[in-house]
Parts: sequence; structure tokens; C-alpha cells
Amino acid sequence: MAGIPHDEYVPSTTGEKWVEKRLPIIGLLYNTLMIPTPKNLNWMWIWGIVLTFTLVLQIVTGIILVMHYTPHVDMAFASVEHIMRDVNGGWAMRYIHQNGASLFFVAVYAHIFRNLYYGSYKAPREITWILGIVIYLLMMGTAFMGYVLPWGQMSFWGATVITGLFGAIPFIGEGLQTWLLGGPAVGNATLNRFFSLHYLMPFLILGLTILKIWAFHHTGNNNPTGVEVRRTSKEEASRDTLPFWPYFVIKDLFALAVILVVFFAIVGFMPNYLGHPDNYIEANPLATPAHIVPEWYFLPFYAILRAFTSDVWIVMFFSWISGGIIDAAFFGVLAMFGAIVVMAFAPWLDTSSVRSGRYRPMFKWWFWLLVVDFFFLMWLGSMPAEEPWASLSLIGSAYWFAYFLVILPLLGVIEKPTPRPATIEEEFAEHYGEGGTGQRLPGEKAATPAE
Amino acid sequence: MKLFTKAAAIVAISTSAVFAAGGAGEVTDYDFPFEGPFGTYDQNQLQRGLKVYTEVCAACHGIQYVAFRDLAAEHGLGYTREQATAYAEQFEVFDPTLNGGEGDFRTAAYPDKFPTNNAVGAPDLSLMAKSRAGFHGPYNLGINQIFKGMGGPEYIASLLTGYTGEEKEEAGTILYENKAFPGGWISMAPPLDDDWVEFDDGSPTDLVSASKDVAAFLMWTAEPKLAARKQMGLVAIIMLTVLSVLLYLTNKRIWSPVKGKRDATTPAE
Repeated sequence: MAGIPHDEYVPSTTGEKWVEKRLPIIGLLYNTLMIPTPKNLNWMWIWGIVLTFTLVLQIVTGIILVMHYTPHVDMAFASVEHIMRDVNGGWAMRYIHQNGASLFFVAVYAHIFRNLYYGSYKAPREITWILGIVIYLLMMGTAFMGYVLPWGQMSFWGATVITGLFGAIPFIGEGLQTWLLGGPAVGNATLNRFFSLHYLMPFLILGLTILKIWAFHHTGNNNPTGVEVRRTSKEEASRDTLPFWPYFVIKDLFALAVILVVFFAIVGFMPNYLGHPDNYIEANPLATPAHIVPEWYFLPFYAILRAFTSDVWIVMFFSWISGGIIDAAFFGVLAMFGAIVVMAFAPWLDTSSVRSGRYRPMFKWWFWLLVVDFFFLMWLGSMPAEEPWASLSLIGSAYWFAYFLVILPLLGVIEKPTPRPATIEEEFAEHYGEGGTGQRLPGEKAATPAE
Repeated sequence: MKLFTKAAAIVAISTSAVFAAGGAGEVTDYDFPFEGPFGTYDQNQLQRGLKVYTEVCAACHGIQYVAFRDLAAEHGLGYTREQATAYAEQFEVFDPTLNGGEGDFRTAAYPDKFPTNNAVGAPDLSLMAKSRAGFHGPYNLGINQIFKGMGGPEYIASLLTGYTGEEKEEAGTILYENKAFPGGWISMAPPLDDDWVEFDDGSPTDLVSASKDVAAFLMWTAEPKLAARKQMGLVAIIMLTVLSVLLYLTNKRIWSPVKGKRDATTPAE
């Protein structure tokens, strides 16, 4: 299936031949598992497995939680306490599911920044990248609706604030918000539809994940050099790559096990660290919490949402030019979604012919500034909406957009990249020396002899 | 250099003043036996806390998510089923099946939950220790919570000991000044004082000790599975660490011929 030449699966037993003739699924699985993978992948190439694992973890724990949860405004909060107290192992399922969302976002942010640094979004991997952005958006929707289900104070008021964003859309906003909520305010209808969608969207993510794996198996993985695997012959390709099994499966599983040590330390010893105490108070439409703050993984974009107030000149300009249709609230919503959508255009905004940031001396600085900016915005999102945080948020937001809309296009023109290795084999040998065969396990049925 | 430290100190003082203006109260970092990765509840302390709750708090506050059977559960107060049943019988619960479906009150039994108490509109205390945070920051960075914990029980104990004795009347309600309460004025009159509750095990009955005992009890009502949770965390960490080491060694062995770093333990092919 991949463009990289490699050994195809050949059924050997009668049983295998019987199945393959009817449904070539063994071959499909074999080729997926044995895909030639650039042998110089570093430790930032583990997040895909972590994300896939977390998706399965969330689906499995979620299905169990649903068996004991009641989606009704009068019973939801009590049913979560029922899970925590009376269901066998319910507390474990609930805490794993709750903190699993954070693990999911840690992994997705690491994955996104890995792609941004090594230029993995560039041709021919644009579709893989866009599928990833769509998955990320679905993840945000799923996480947001999942947070509403326990029906605590932060669930209720978070839902009120976020659905209120849709109300900021001119003309159709108010009607749209009512339609989304199933009524004039967040209520039982809202809880029920959020529950339904919270169950549906993970399976959409699963489907898109399969498409994404298909897409990058077709183009082959990017790698830290950004230099393509040689496809001219099977022999050359095999000197740049190693099969996914066992080399990368074992490596990824090792990384996953280390990450899970940290994850279970949090679940076991500080499961509420990443949550808000207010969500242990049952939702009360009559009492607004002092600070309504989203979960940590939404904070960078929450900061962007709040940064554009009516006294910012660009907001005033757009308000004036649109005759007041685009007000500050709507501009903030556009900016928040725009900050994510702009990432999807990175393949076309980045004009540099060099893929990997490793060989781009100027790009590196701007990239790391973007990483700092991300954490800066995350922190600002947790701060109250007052000075000086508001102005700092504006600066942070401006850099976020400037990186994609100005810096990436300009760098390709003005930057002089450093020399790149001709092949992955060359880079790998330089790093590890010529001592090894650079290839297979001893005794393994090797496609190419070591000599 | 001296000027620099002085300037830094001024900056530190002025910024902390800005953050103190947020209205969060003073919370003392009391020690509890269930803190840290290996800490679990002290059975005697929970029993004392239950006594404080029963004799003092229960007058106004319910703990509706806790069942009487929980008093006899593992890692809890360590009562027997008979003791828990006898305790339950001093409460009345509403049973909707009685009186031909109209419902009526009856004596509470072992499987029942504690009754709700809306007599004076006081909040339910089942989850109070998890729905309040004693520690924050600095600067919303979440560092204090890592070292001190979320601070729910510390907040409860600080609140009970935080009354200054000042009172004021506002819109017909008497408010009491309290150092731990956000905003500084609380409508709950000082509920507890020295020697108000006597303990069978001869433990100190001063205000701070009794407050800590009831705060520990309320942590248990909020998180009854704490011990099982920490045990799961520990077992998971040990097993995953062993797995990590094995996978690390496997990975190293698989990659060693590829990477060409020969070491003494792996003979060359």
C-alpha cells in the first residue's frame, strides 16, 4: 500500500490462502504492521501510539461509565457520586476517564508541535495534517461536552459561556444558540444532546484516525531530517527504513509505559489536581461561580477569545467596516476558531522548500517562541479578565497569528537553510557510527543480506 | 546587588498584595494522616470526626451521598454492621414507598443514606472537602497544590478555627468575621469551640483538634475510596515501571545491531 518499495505479504498456509482470496485482510494488517519506517525517528514520534491508546482507553472507560450514569438534570450529579461510591471500581473508571482527557491533550499538543517543527504538514502530507486538525477539533468538542455531563457548577456555567459564543454570531446567533441548547437556557435538553454527541464523536474520531493512518501509510512517515525515504529500489529503501514491527512497536510501547507511570501517579495520588473544585458542587442556575475557567487544555484559545475587546483597534476597524455587525464578542469567537483553522493552512503558508526545522536556522527561533507563546497564552487564560493580563493576551494572540500568516510565508523567502544529509542512511550512520549493520536483527528473515 | 534584592522584594510584596485582593482567605496547612502518596485515614480520627458531625454539624448540614453502611465499609471508620445499624437508628429518613405511595418518615436502617438537611439552607457536606480548595498558585501555576494538596480539609479546619469574634448585621442577617472564608464574612455562627465534644478515646478536645477531626471525617465522606485509589496507583506504578524496564532492555537489544553500538554483554554476531 505504501509508496515505499517493500516485501508484500504472501499467504503461505492453505487457511491463509483461503481467507486472502475472499478478503485480503491478513495482507492489509501485515502491510500495516510491517510498514517501512524511517529508521532515524526520534522520541517525538511516539505520540501517535499514545494518542491511539488514549482514544481506546477513553472509549472503554466511557462505555463502562455510561452503564451507570443517568443523563438527567436532577440525577446526573448523584449518578456520578453513585459511580464514585457504590459501583465496583467505579471511582477508578471515573478518575481514569477524567484524567484520560488531560493525557489525550498533552499527547495531541506534543504531536502538533512535533509536526510544526519537523514540517510534517508539508507536501505530500497535507491531508494527514488536515485530518489531524479535524480530529483535534472533534476532541475539543468531545472533551467540552464530556465535562458538562457530571452536571457540576463548572459543567453548567462552562456550557452556558461556551454555547453563548454561538449567540455572538450576527443575525442567526440567538436562534442558533437556542437550537443548540434545545431551549432558552442550558437545561435537560442540553444535557441529553451533549450526552448523545459525547458518545458519538469518539467513534468519528476513531474513523478519522483510521483514515489518518491510511493517509500517512500511503505517503510514508516524515522523519527528523525531513529527507524522503529513497523509493528508487527496494534495496535503497531498506537502507533508509526498518519495519514498524518490532523496532518501532517496542520503542513506542516503552515510551507509552513510561508515560503511563506518570499518568497513574496522577490518577492514584492527585486525581483532582487538573480539575476544578467547583465541579463537586451540583449545578445551580441561580448561583454563578466567582471565576468560570475552562479546563487547562482550552486555556490558550480561551485567552485568544478574551483578548479581543472592543477597545482594540483591529476590532474597532472591523466593527466600523462591517457597520457594527462584527462586534467584539463575535470578533473574539472568530479569533478563537481562526487560531485553530489557521493551523490547517500551514502547508500553504509555509513557503520554505526545506521540511525539517533542524536545517532552518531562523525558523527554529520563531518556532520555539510559538511554543513559549502557547504556554504563555495558557497561563493568561487562567488569569482574571483584567489588566495587565488582557493586553498580554492580545500580544500573545497577535504572535500566534503572525507566526502562521506572516513569519512562515516570509521565512521561506529570506532564510538560508543549512546543508541537509542526502539520505536518511547517511544521517543515521553519522549519528551512530558505521559499526552496525544498520539493518536487521540477527537471524531475522532479512529482505536484504547484511553484507 | 543590595538594591536589586530590595527592588525584587518590593516587586514580590506588591504583586502578592495584588493577588491577596482576590479575596481568598487564610488557610493553615494542617497535617492530616491521609496526605502524601502513602497516607491513609486514621480510623480513630474518623470516628471522632463522626462524633463532631453528629453532635454539632448534623443540626444544620446533611451528608446525603453517604450511606450508613459506608460506616462499616473497608478503609473507613471500622465499625461493625451492628454498630453502624445502631448509629443509623438515631436518624429518620423519608421513605416514598410508605403510606400507600404517599411516603412517610421512618427510622433509618443500615442500607439507607444519611438524610438531607435543608432546615436552614446550609449546604450539604458530603463533598465539601473536594469542592473547596485551600491552596492556589502562585500566579495560577498550580505549584502549591502539588506540594500541599488541594487543601479542602485544611480549608474546613481553618474555617472552623478562623472566627475572629467580630459580628455585623447586613440586610437583617448577622455575619461573622472569619479569616478563612472568602470575603471575610460568613453567615454561619461559630459552630465549635474548646471542649464542646468529648471523645471516648481521650483525645484532645480543643477547638483545633476537634476541627481537624471533623475535617478529616469530611474528607472521608468526600473520598471514601482514597485508600483503594492510592493502592491502585502504587500497584500500577510498580507494574508499569517493571514493564518499562523490560521494554527498555528489549528495545535496546533489538536496536543494538542496527545502531552498531557494541557493548560487552552483547557479543558481536
